[in-house]
Amino acid sequence: MRRILAIETSCDDTCAAVLEGPRARSNVVSSQARLHARYGGIVPEVASRRHLELINPVIDAALEGGGTDLDRVDAVAVTVKPGLIGALLVGVSTAKSLAAATGKPLIPVDHLHGHVAAAFLEPEPLAPPFLALIVSGGHTLLAEVRAHGSFAVAGQTLDDAAGEALDKAARLLGLGFPGGPAIQREAAAGNPESFPMPVAMSRGGGLDFSFSGLKTALVYAVGDLGPERTLERRADLAASFQEAVVGQLVAKLRRALDRGGWEAVALGGGVAANALLRERATALCAERGVRLKLVPPELCTDNAAMIGSAARHAEPIAYPGYLALDAAAR
Amino acid sequence: MAAETESERIRSGGPERTEAAAAALAAELRPGDVVLLRGGLGTGKTTFVRGAARALGVTEPVTSPTFTIGRRYEGDVAISHLDLHRLAGSGLAAEDPGMLDDYLTADAVAFVEWPEAAAAALVAPAATVTLAHAGGDAREITIERHGP
Repeated sequence: MRRILAIETSCDDTCAAVLEGPRARSNVVSSQARLHARYGGIVPEVASRRHLELINPVIDAALEGGGTDLDRVDAVAVTVKPGLIGALLVGVSTAKSLAAATGKPLIPVDHLHGHVAAAFLEPEPLAPPFLALIVSGGHTLLAEVRAHGSFAVAGQTLDDAAGEALDKAARLLGLGFPGGPAIQREAAAGNPESFPMPVAMSRGGGLDFSFSGLKTALVYAVGDLGPERTLERRADLAASFQEAVVGQLVAKLRRALDRGGWEAVALGGGVAANALLRERATALCAERGVRLKLVPPELCTDNAAMIGSAARHAEPIAYPGYLALDAAAR
Repeated sequence: MAAETESERIRSGGPERTEAAAAALAAELRPGDVVLLRGGLGTGKTTFVRGAARALGVTEPVTSPTFTIGRRYEGDVAISHLDLHRLAGSGLAAEDPGMLDDYLTADAVAFVEWPEAAAAALVAPAATVTLAHAGGDAREITIERHGP
């Protein structure tokens, strides 16, 4: 059975995992949430510096947790795009060094393919064909997955990602970071129908997403209310905003299913943890008689197990062909 | 030598007008130029950058870089799109002015949202664009072109 060491440093977390087939023997994520809370978000320079400090201990922990060592893995996989260049380079350089030092092949992976491939992992692996809705702070993507090794983009955001829209709304409402959980908590006590928010739906039946009009609607609502009334109505504003974000995600998923032919859906990415989104997606898939795979939370946020999963179906590059490999911002 | 700054005011009725104003500015830009964008949430900073990127030959979606801080596009020239909002108040950019080097390159036209966070690395912008809400879809856009 092929054993893969996977490394992921495209954003705010330093991650490493050991994969054996569709099973993650270890999946280490050195969350930097505490560090980032200070700045209300991800700080790239801190991220690069922290990635550098954390990468070796995180890889050691993944190998140890996976009950193996570098000599006994068959290949090294790494995220090469998209992401912050400085952050990606830490993972790419490390992966190249480890692979070259042991003469092993290297498998470059696209981070988004990783999010899709998270659905291939145990427990209850999902096999293509399926439709994947990937929703996170950096991405909002509807993907048609017809084979393990590739995916086609059916729809994507034209401006802000859904998670980013939630972050910005949380900031406008004076709630914490990350915005998704903060908005969800506040929304629990609010009425989602109190502030009608626009749900962007293109007339052509397209599957692309747009959240910037929604953000502007909230800016105006908050401006009209003023600081005191905004604070009083915060739960209602959060509930209305969350309703509009989830409403658009589910409406586009419905449209994609209307095109027919799909028997399974995978829901992944950090925002897939949102309870309202899970509830609506579950209801929609039940109504259509379609299987819904809710990717487990530890495989939804950025992690290296999903990178290893994608790598199982990607082309390895033999030593020394990968020495010139570079990171790409997109 | 004091740089000459020319200021132009545009009243935009919507995103299309904002993109057109950006396209006009883009036609004057050269690789290595940096354009600063100021304005609050939802004033159209990313819309402006999208208009400029389109004019510079970028065909793929130009989306918000808030989460990742930076994006690069290949058009007729390379284009960097930065959003430094998450750096605000951290003092990190002052600590390490080289942190944006991957994006502020001689071959690229760079657009920087929330530039205050890295003022030291952005001392000689080609232009500064300020956007403000003016009711509904309308925006007040001020473009300052800074002389050489």
